[in-house]
Amino acid sequence: MIKLNVNGQTKEVDVDPATPILWVVRENLEMTGTKFGCGIAQCGACTVHLDGKPVRSCSTPISQADGKAITTVEGLAAEDGTLSKVQQAWIDAQVPQCGYCQSGQIMSATALLKNNPQPTDEQINSAMAGNVCRCGMYGRIRSAIKIAAGMEQPATETGSESTKVEA
Amino acid sequence: MGKWSRRAFIGAGVVAGGALVVGVAVRPGNPTDELKPILASGEGEELLNAWVKVGTDNAITAIIPHVEMGQGAFTALAQMLADEMDADWANVRILEAPAIDQYVSDSIGREFIAPNLEVPEILEPTVAGGFLELVQAMGLQITGGSFSVRGTGQRAMRTAGAAAREMLVAAAASEWDVAESEITTANSMVNHAKSGKSEPYAKFAAAAAEQSLPAKPKLKSPDKYTLMGKPIARTDIPAKVDGSADFGIDAKVPGMKYAAVKAAPVVGATVEAMDATAAKTMPGVLQILNMGDFVAVVADGYWQAQQALNTIDATYSGTEGDKLDNAALFKRYDEYLNEAGTDGGDTETEEGDVSDAFARAATKVEAEYKVPFLAHATMEPMNCTAWVRDGKCDVWAGHQSPLGARKAAAEAAGLDFEDVSYHNAYLGGGFGRRSENDNIEMAVRLAKATKYPIKMIWSREEDTMQDHYRPSATSRFEGGLDKDGNAVSWSNIHTHLFDPQEAPTVPYYNIANHKIRKVDVPTHLRFGPWRSVDHSQHGFFIESFVDEMAVAAGKDGYAFRRELLAGSKRHLAILDKAAEMSGWDKPMPEGHGRGIAFVPSFGSIIAQVAEVDMTGAKPKVKKVYVAADAGFVVNPDGFTAQMESAIVYGLTATLYGEISLKDGAVQQSNFHDYPMLRINEMPEVEVEIINGDHKRLGGGGEPGLPPIAPAVTNAIFAATGKRVRELPLSKTSFA
Repeated sequence: MIKLNVNGQTKEVDVDPATPILWVVRENLEMTGTKFGCGIAQCGACTVHLDGKPVRSCSTPISQADGKAITTVEGLAAEDGTLSKVQQAWIDAQVPQCGYCQSGQIMSATALLKNNPQPTDEQINSAMAGNVCRCGMYGRIRSAIKIAAGMEQPATETGSESTKVEA
Repeated sequence: MGKWSRRAFIGAGVVAGGALVVGVAVRPGNPTDELKPILASGEGEELLNAWVKVGTDNAITAIIPHVEMGQGAFTALAQMLADEMDADWANVRILEAPAIDQYVSDSIGREFIAPNLEVPEILEPTVAGGFLELVQAMGLQITGGSFSVRGTGQRAMRTAGAAAREMLVAAAASEWDVAESEITTANSMVNHAKSGKSEPYAKFAAAAAEQSLPAKPKLKSPDKYTLMGKPIARTDIPAKVDGSADFGIDAKVPGMKYAAVKAAPVVGATVEAMDATAAKTMPGVLQILNMGDFVAVVADGYWQAQQALNTIDATYSGTEGDKLDNAALFKRYDEYLNEAGTDGGDTETEEGDVSDAFARAATKVEAEYKVPFLAHATMEPMNCTAWVRDGKCDVWAGHQSPLGARKAAAEAAGLDFEDVSYHNAYLGGGFGRRSENDNIEMAVRLAKATKYPIKMIWSREEDTMQDHYRPSATSRFEGGLDKDGNAVSWSNIHTHLFDPQEAPTVPYYNIANHKIRKVDVPTHLRFGPWRSVDHSQHGFFIESFVDEMAVAAGKDGYAFRRELLAGSKRHLAILDKAAEMSGWDKPMPEGHGRGIAFVPSFGSIIAQVAEVDMTGAKPKVKKVYVAADAGFVVNPDGFTAQMESAIVYGLTATLYGEISLKDGAVQQSNFHDYPMLRINEMPEVEVEIINGDHKRLGGGGEPGLPPIAPAVTNAIFAATGKRVRELPLSKTSFA
């Protein structure tokens, strides 16, 4: 049995210690917010936090979580359901399309802002370049990070301020 | 996302619950002009697959016959229905329509309308008619072709909403004994100003159901829209930020086991033998199967299954495709094109006398372009969960055609359609890939063979190597210019034609003599629709060659296109808008360039200007300006997001996308060798929308893609003088 701390709760699982965190979380703990994308740490869809640091859970064995706290996307909101600043900013900027990569994006962005509350564009690039979004919502991800950091205001109505509509 | 449940439907049904359920009947003899184009020629009345339900709690439920894969269809379609109905948006719910069959008798139609119930009287006339034709005309449950808003939304959801509103008004007028004309509606309330009466829709739901269905519900004019045209927040987004959104891969079935699969590397080959000695002893492994066309390992967990699968050594039968590599394939394309010569192949369109005009042209331009195969690379790898037991089959997946998936599952299970329950979930990217049924069939076969509920997950490697690819193609052009640099002839021959048929054609450009031909070249790879389908290749071919003709004419690319579009007001407005947005005439810094491209597709007119920085080792796309006319944009933020998305999808292909063959097998396997655009390479995207025709809407999901490749390569030419005629750009050295 491996003893885990997941989103503040203690869990015990009976798995091969080499099993990647991703599959333990998804299959043994039935928390499917964390996604499988590539299996080789190339896309970031599986990003979770180990003691607050982002890791690619598809390529990190559960043995490495021993004695550490795992945080998944399900663990970001407050107990009363209030979304984290990053999650709320993701809604404000209408980031997700298909949404499949967004758990990983949000975990990477959360870790970035924890260490660097006012990141520059370059710092956003380097923290987020490991997360692929096939729907291409990178512009909105950048905006949402800045909204969460208080560096940008959400648009009064949803969405891109660069859109103009003529009758 | 609401899910279809029989009990919920019956419980809220007209008969049992006093709620109003509306489908729209349209009599062929008395259709609205808007509906004419989709009406089948059959007799009787026909059913539009658009539905709305008014609950006793005054909630309005929009029943959406399309799937949500990030394109925002749920929200935009509900917006259209709710606007016509004067519904309170805060109390509008969305339900994905169930998977029903278009090929069976209308008993299935009845099942759809009111399962296990006597069909309510208001709906009875709708059932009798040509259900099949309508279903086909409306593309029921097939989400693709950028069709949802412009087709289903414009023709059906709006009509359903307007009809429901009129029936509620009629019911209220009758109850209050006042004229219908004195009644107003807003926020799901019926109001009568003179008497001060005001009641929720729900109060009249049952009485409304007794009203006859309006044959020609009056649709709003744009000045009356309250929801359409507004950037309303997408309803599916909250579940996509807290991990609660369920995708196909997230299906949870009690007792399910996991399958990892590996298909024969060359499509069409079979598994002749396999050595699974090591796999058999690995932890968690339950079954190892040679399924003929693929090998599978079933285990307690996916990772265990995949680890075991990786140790299996399989040999495959030989096929015709084994000898083919990329160079040989493009050589084959050349041979077929050469054989077609100046007059062979299949003529797709022809006007005037191209040969004569080209022969007499003052300037002759010739060019050949090539594009590779592309994989879809949806973020969610292909997967499907299936359970076959007791003569029944349940299937869970995210699919662009739930109906198609259900049919495919029935065939794979050897069961009747009625014995298959199909459960659709959110799609982790579709882009055309999730309109294929291979994953559904494989999972059902495994479930049948093993007796377990099986969740089959493809590795990323399998997903990349076993796609239904965007076809590669070669396209050759000859263009003639007169002495003043006017285009007088346009001749094109290209390999392959898939869909849509108009993709290689240029009817919007005024060129008196044109001829477009194709040659079909056999290949063993499986093709499939890939975002914007053939426009993805032909947009690049056409807009590159137009640019080459402009250069040969000594004209600016924007000015040359203006001449070709002379007289087409909407086209010119979009081209001009894109040029204006980009400051087309302003000089660029040394080593930077601007390129323009113009591609109408899926009913929308799009021009893009790309700014490219060529001062580094590889091209850097800095900014893309988009001008778009989609008739009338229902949700401007959602539409803008589609433009951004299509640009990234197309730019990824432009910069990096290539699936190549060696010995008949796909060489790429994962994101390290099939790279994706990332945030550090994201250009700024600026979008302007012109609503050019509120009666004929255009699509949103695909039309933003075709112009990006040529806008970028035309910009590269402007910056460097180097013409790119083959994609991706990673094949070209810019040193």
